Amino acid sequence: MSDSYYDPKDLRKFPKITDWSEELGTKFFDYYGKVFEKGALSEREKSLIALAVSHVVKCPYCIDAYTQDGLQRGITKEEMMEAVHTGAAIESGATLVHATQMMKKYDKLSH
Amino acid sequence: MATKSLLARKKLMAKAEEQLKFLSNGIFKDELPTFKDQLEKINDFPLKPKSLEILQLNLGYMCNQVCEHCHVDAGPDRKEIMTKETMQQCLDVIKTTKAHTLDLTGGAPEMNPNFRWFVEEAAQLGVKDFIVRSNLTIIRANKKYYDLPEFFKKHKVHVVSSMPHWTKGKTDKQRGSGVFDKSIRALQDLNAIGYGLPDSGLQLDLVYNPSGAFLPSNQEALEQDFKTALKEDFGIEFNSLFTITNLPISRYLDYLIASENYEDYMYKLVDAYNPAAVKNVMCRNTLSISWDGWLYDCDFNQMLEMKVDSPVQHIKDYNEEQLQDRSICVSQHCYGCTAGAGSSCQGSVV
Repeated sequence: MSDSYYDPKDLRKFPKITDWSEELGTKFFDYYGKVFEKGALSEREKSLIALAVSHVVKCPYCIDAYTQDGLQRGITKEEMMEAVHTGAAIESGATLVHATQMMKKYDKLSH
Repeated sequence: MATKSLLARKKLMAKAEEQLKFLSNGIFKDELPTFKDQLEKINDFPLKPKSLEILQLNLGYMCNQVCEHCHVDAGPDRKEIMTKETMQQCLDVIKTTKAHTLDLTGGAPEMNPNFRWFVEEAAQLGVKDFIVRSNLTIIRANKKYYDLPEFFKKHKVHVVSSMPHWTKGKTDKQRGSGVFDKSIRALQDLNAIGYGLPDSGLQLDLVYNPSGAFLPSNQEALEQDFKTALKEDFGIEFNSLFTITNLPISRYLDYLIASENYEDYMYKLVDAYNPAAVKNVMCRNTLSISWDGWLYDCDFNQMLEMKVDSPVQHIKDYNEEQLQDRSICVSQHCYGCTAGAGSSCQGSVV
């Protein structure tokens, strides 16, 4: 067993999740593959979205995978960092917007 | 960034035998299948040639650049240059070959002192596609090269040039400081006389190889991104983009080992192995001729000093029929040509 919860080598084992549940695993990978095909959005745009979300959900495997995917697609580090900031802005906004709840409660309970 | 070749720096990976030893040990001893194992699985071992289509001549390892990933380990300190005598032997072969494409590479082939003489002679022999692989910066390196675009045009040469990215930062990191600006200027010079423009009949293609330990993405999508960016930013046009996977040899292998990316990169290549690409790998339709006249299955095997497995091994003894009977020499570097959509000097193969 590894001493760490996250081992980069485990990313290569991702397809093996089908070993324990073939139907659901296969359905997931089919869906995943379809999502990342070129559609109304380009594969390049989807890669940047995936990179931003990877940071928001704090998935080290996904960050490795979509940094590499971005490099392969010629995405620059400036574009990657802007994508991460976009995700971070939404995440911090989602926290801060809850301040309206705090303010509402505060005002209700205060004289 | 290094300014000298691995050979001049006396690095271990300058030696072909050390590279081959490295590629045959470690993870390929007990973790990953060898390339030969993969060929045996699809009944393609030994790998045999198809019809010969391309003669690729390496005119010498001298270059004005010292790119980080160069599989030739080329640079200004390399003195290996094809002589006029060997060039004449090549011309004699070109007169009778069934190959339709002549592909000149290096180093910077233009630095060979007999380059222009050879192009003038070869252009008269009716080759269908006459390629010169130009690193672009050579055109702006010295006044004596400024007229190269006109020279190429006069002889209807098909120009193929390396360009790792459409941004300055990524290009200069891989190919050296100032390379991007000079390359842009050279591309503009080529465009100015018609190269890369629609209906001009003057073919200008770019070659993209990744600037790091990753594989190239979809060739078509990258071509579109390159076309859009170079047109918008610099008004540059070109015909096609070829994506080439970096093969784990020479300077790139040295980089992979030094940056501790070797194992991950080899896993990537093996995971991406595509049996369909084996059908069209370039060693099956190409012969590579070195500066000193030896024959190889491809330019990569040339750098690994793996001469053709044939009684005919030198241009002076050239016999196309006999050479077509040979078995192609393979090792683990060959995974670079069969990953994903495959890779060759003409880009993807699937």
